[in-house]
Amino acid sequence: MSQTQIENAADHEKAEAPLIVTRDLSVHYGAVQALNQISLNVSEHLVTAFIGPSGCGKSTLLRCFNRMNDLIDHVKTTGKVTIAGHDIYRSDIDVVQLRKKVGMVFQKSNPFPKSIRENIMYGLRLHGMRESNRLNEVVESSLRSAALWDEVKDRLDTNALTLSGGQQQRLCIARAIAIQPEILLMDEPASALDPVATAKIEELILTLKERYTIVIVTHNMQQATRISDKTAFFYLGALVEYGNTQAIFTNPKNRQTEDYVTGRFG
Amino acid sequence: MAFATAIILAFAAVILSNILWQGWEAFSWRFITSRADQNMFDSQQAGVLQMIAGTSARVVLMTIFVMPIGVITAIYLTEYARKDSLLTNLIQSAVNNLAGVPSIVFGLFGLGFFVNFIGGNLDLILRPEQAAPYWRNPALIWASLTLAVMTLPVVIVSTEEALKAIPPGLREASMALGATRLETVIRIVIPQALPGIMTGGVLAVGRAAGEVAPILFTGAAYYMSGYPSHLTDQFMDLGYHIFILSTQSPDIEGTRSILYATVITLLLLTFTLNLLTILMRARIRTKLRTFH
Amino acid sequence: MKENDSNPNWQSLANESGSSLIEKAMEKFVFLISLTTILFVLLIFVFIARESLPIFLGTVERSIVREPIPVNALTTTPPEELMAYLDLSADEFQSMEKETLELLLEVKLEELAQAPIGTDATIQTTRWRYLLLPFQWSGYDAPAFIWQPISQIRKYNIVPLLIGSLKTSLIALLFAVPIAIGAAIYVSQLAPMRIREWIKPMIEMMAGIPSVVLGFFALIVMATTLQETFGYQSRLNALVAGIALGLAVIPVIFSIAEDALTSVPQSFSHAALALGSSRWQTASSVVLPAALPGIFAAVVLGFGRAIGETMIVLMATGNASIVSWSLLDSTRTITATIAAELAETVFGGEHYRILFVLGTILFGVTFLANLVGDVVIHRLKRRLEGKIA
Repeated sequence: MSQTQIENAADHEKAEAPLIVTRDLSVHYGAVQALNQISLNVSEHLVTAFIGPSGCGKSTLLRCFNRMNDLIDHVKTTGKVTIAGHDIYRSDIDVVQLRKKVGMVFQKSNPFPKSIRENIMYGLRLHGMRESNRLNEVVESSLRSAALWDEVKDRLDTNALTLSGGQQQRLCIARAIAIQPEILLMDEPASALDPVATAKIEELILTLKERYTIVIVTHNMQQATRISDKTAFFYLGALVEYGNTQAIFTNPKNRQTEDYVTGRFG
Repeated sequence: MAFATAIILAFAAVILSNILWQGWEAFSWRFITSRADQNMFDSQQAGVLQMIAGTSARVVLMTIFVMPIGVITAIYLTEYARKDSLLTNLIQSAVNNLAGVPSIVFGLFGLGFFVNFIGGNLDLILRPEQAAPYWRNPALIWASLTLAVMTLPVVIVSTEEALKAIPPGLREASMALGATRLETVIRIVIPQALPGIMTGGVLAVGRAAGEVAPILFTGAAYYMSGYPSHLTDQFMDLGYHIFILSTQSPDIEGTRSILYATVITLLLLTFTLNLLTILMRARIRTKLRTFH
Repeated sequence: MKENDSNPNWQSLANESGSSLIEKAMEKFVFLISLTTILFVLLIFVFIARESLPIFLGTVERSIVREPIPVNALTTTPPEELMAYLDLSADEFQSMEKETLELLLEVKLEELAQAPIGTDATIQTTRWRYLLLPFQWSGYDAPAFIWQPISQIRKYNIVPLLIGSLKTSLIALLFAVPIAIGAAIYVSQLAPMRIREWIKPMIEMMAGIPSVVLGFFALIVMATTLQETFGYQSRLNALVAGIALGLAVIPVIFSIAEDALTSVPQSFSHAALALGSSRWQTASSVVLPAALPGIFAAVVLGFGRAIGETMIVLMATGNASIVSWSLLDSTRTITATIAAELAETVFGGEHYRILFVLGTILFGVTFLANLVGDVVIHRLKRRLEGKIA
């Protein structure tokens, strides 16, 4: 298995510039192994989708890229993750800076129970922006980038929890891009939304891809085909197959991948 | 089963109606705004202003001592501690244990530790020349500290509850934006938990306001003229005054009316505080319901 | 990859920021503060045990009869002996003039001249034998348990106090347990939602009645009413105090039992209801057995609360230290004894230390009760969550 992984990885290393590189990455939660020896490259300015049945480790891998797994008790990470050449699990890495560069959007939209404006400003203030003109500029630009500006420009000071589910999720995206990350990690960002709101989020992802490198976890295979350039299929903590989305869905090399993408299990 | 419930409510009703019935005449604006100088057993003139002042002072001081320690401990337990480590369990069982210590034992502890040990050492260090003890006396500060130790578990448990009610997603969102744990605690967790933390504070005050046993040897005075003005002063106390009027009155029939009126004063104080916590909790609950 | 290395966007990653130092310092600070709870439990134990240690070790040596020291022997006696003889601390001894000491010796001589002569006066009354076992003091017909700390021969037998505490606590439990458990079953299983939302806060309010108010009510109202109704002898007795104590304990037992009953998963009772049992059958045959350990814990914790309660028993028992199991006799509890006598003791004296011994016993008993209660509840919760069999 790991032989194919390395071959896969080697193939793609030639083609595009890899931004995130993992080598033999394993994660244990206490006695439970969540990820087993993952080696893969994520390319810059592409949308990479992680698919697989629940509990296959796709979210765990995503959370390795901004070290959110560190927050869980008894988690043990071995192997290597480099982003832009930096080994992010080395002790001298500043996790705050890492998370500033690697933004994240969660499955359940989680705006702070503050005003829309305050939500966007939260990250900016954390990173030292104080000037109110600049702050307001960034509020506008990031809401525009998240395609939310027109809907909320007249009520920036109302509580973010009054927004609809889809709007809340786009606010979370705006909040993440306000601090100018390079990479956006999205953990099933549309799983709790209705089809219309989902379509808006997908549309947004396609426009954001010009500026950001996006890694998205999804259990919706149509979504993966619609928005991603590359797809990785995980099963029981292992990377089964990784390649161009087109190829994975039309011509999977692995039997398990085929069973999954054709809907036979999962 | 419904009968058992009815018995409880009947008892509560009998006690409260008896107190109100017998006490409402003597309970007046004059009563709660006049002092009891030289005449604390005089049913026509005595008031309870000193006792209200004393009880309020010890409760306010207690709040100042107990809140920071209680809230920080709860923050450690919910935000920082590993949930299954030995030390976390030890702290948790210490909290449980503290909650079960009888109030008279807190009184003994207050006398042995705060008055004699801390007070005695303060006298040695700050006033080595004087023979008469200054700090090593029952005092407002020692009573408040004793009560603070007693109410520590109340504050810790209710703050923990408030912190646990905050959706974990908010903490994740904050950390994912590059906030440190401390920044997350200060900017997200504490503001969100504030109503719950305040409820804990009011609960602690309600619990401490009526306690007599812990202050018997650590600061309550049988009688003193005027108000406590220093941390080392003793104080008169509503609950202790009820005890005195019930057991040491020279003329129990003659002082009955002021005894009842004092009971009403104390009940009014504790019930207001309790009602406040119940209302605050209900509000927080409905707020949480709408946000999830 | 080399290309990325030079990308300025990622340069900052490797710089350890200064804020992490504050972060670490604060984390340590928060951790240290949280240790204060452990510290206080230890301090409570240490400071109460410390004051009672001489009694436990039997090192208090002070019988009433001593070899008298004549006044003119003042200069020839070693200071240590004088200090012990006159009950003076080193500081006090230093600060006294010769004349004062002579005066004290004279007083002591007079005191000794008046001291009762006989076997009693030579007894070390703080020995365990005299604290726990009956003894026939001179003038008594039979061996007896006697607590009489203020008298010429100070008698510190704690058995009457233990009996007083147990008696009032047991009466309180007999009164409170059926009512509190019954109410808990009603509120958690049978009552309609609307009634439930009213009753729970009312019982919470009842828990908020200060114990001094319950003591006052027992002393002023209940004692008289009960005596007039039943016509027994002593107005203040174990029964009156026990009932008032029960009122204080009801909310404790109620809330723990109610919590245990509601933590039984709804699926249990729904299964029984689906099989056609009535609400009451379901409660008694399914929910109650499942929550039984929690109800046991409620009773144990209620006992801990009852035995540690002070003001009610101080005001309503009558405080006579009699050995009697009759409910209608006046009685004296451990807590009331501490509350009533500590203020009058000499700091560091034997009476003071005996009261701390009582405090240590009380701490131990409530510690055990709470430990048992908490362990039982913890196990019950884990079992209901399916974590252990």
